[in-house]
Amino acid sequence: MKIKILVFGQLSEIINASELELLAINNTDELNKKLFELYPKLEDIKYTLAINKKIIHENTQLYHEDIVALLPPFSGG
Amino acid sequence: MSFTQNNDRYHRQIILKEFGETAQQKLLNAKVLVIGAGGLGCPALQYLAAAGVGAIGIIDFDVVTITNLHRQILFSANDIGKQKAATAAIKLAQINPEIQIQIYNFQLTNKNAIELFANYDLVIDGTDNFATRYLINDACAILNKPLVYGAVLRFEGQVGVFNLIDNETKIKTNYRDLFPEPPNPLNAISCNEAGVIGVLPGIIGTMQATEAIKIITGVGKPLCNKIISYNALQNSFYDFEITPVLNPIETFPQNEMEFLNFNYEWFCSSKDNVSVISFIDFEELRTKEKITIIDVRERNELPLVNEFDFISIPLNELPNLLASIPTDNKIVFFCKSGNRSLKAVKLFYEKYPQITAFSLIGGIHAWQQFNNKT
Repeated sequence: MKIKILVFGQLSEIINASELELLAINNTDELNKKLFELYPKLEDIKYTLAINKKIIHENTQLYHEDIVALLPPFSGG
Repeated sequence: MSFTQNNDRYHRQIILKEFGETAQQKLLNAKVLVIGAGGLGCPALQYLAAAGVGAIGIIDFDVVTITNLHRQILFSANDIGKQKAATAAIKLAQINPEIQIQIYNFQLTNKNAIELFANYDLVIDGTDNFATRYLINDACAILNKPLVYGAVLRFEGQVGVFNLIDNETKIKTNYRDLFPEPPNPLNAISCNEAGVIGVLPGIIGTMQATEAIKIITGVGKPLCNKIISYNALQNSFYDFEITPVLNPIETFPQNEMEFLNFNYEWFCSSKDNVSVISFIDFEELRTKEKITIIDVRERNELPLVNEFDFISIPLNELPNLLASIPTDNKIVFFCKSGNRSLKAVKLFYEKYPQITAFSLIGGIHAWQQFNNKT
């Protein structure tokens, strides 16, 4: 099972890319845990998570080839 | 107001078959409040005025600085030091003398927001800090007022529409459904520190004006329950469907009374063990004892501070200059809005955990307004 992750704003600086792929992730809690292991600085940013462009607020099941987007808040104007 | 006497001015949009005289009349009857005459506010204001929005309100308590000019295109070099709201109003009156422009040269707070917003049909958020963004969102949610949101940083921008019911799904969402928890200011970065490419707020601010025009006229499909993320480097867009938060972690005001009692500065401040000082406590501390005050803004940043003596150490120079700070008194760091000074306190504590240091909550700009009033 393969998940594609897109990152936005200052998150791309932390992972040093705008996207990455992870294998064998079953749900969004597992995904966050894995991301925090790989990139500990991500834990400091309160990002919003969307699966296939739909924002989710609770732990959600992931399926093969899902696209998960991580959107951080920013406030510049 | 009727558009008939100004038919030529709006001719090119009136001849659009989707738009026509009906939509133009709706624009002329509309009242729009633009919060912040900055990078987002300038282009939004220009297009709303040009398009013939009948009444436009501008709220901003800032003055024009030279660092604004690369993106805040309503202002010219000879406007430096002038009030933004008043200067913007003069420029807009030159673009379209047939509309009403009202300026509010004061800071938006939860004490004045409800009364102010009630006079308008729609609000455009062009502010530059999280506390004000949550405040605007909550006031619009309580008043059930459509809010066109925009934000920029570096090469990326976000635009969306809140508090607008989707007629098909009957769902209505707002900023708290997008970002239920405010970011820790120690990790949040502003354009003052991180930079922003000049054209970016031009694009996002213009998209905000577009959404406002669509909502007012009913032409097209507004970005209802959606947020769009734009990347200028890739020239790419990505959209997110916002879904309501069913179990909020953070409580937020549900009515006007709760809104008035909600402390937005505190809500968006660091919940880590970093000490902050309020305006009142800062005044008391200043009068009671000798303290060292440090300005961590860039050297050319406004406003000028002549109410007390201070040392200037821009935040990026602070790590190298920590040893030069006198530590015989308590220390208060300040910056424009209170975020950089918070980072300064954290840096300071790493070297001097035993010295009492504070960050002036809300920043020097708001402090000066507070000080002038009291």
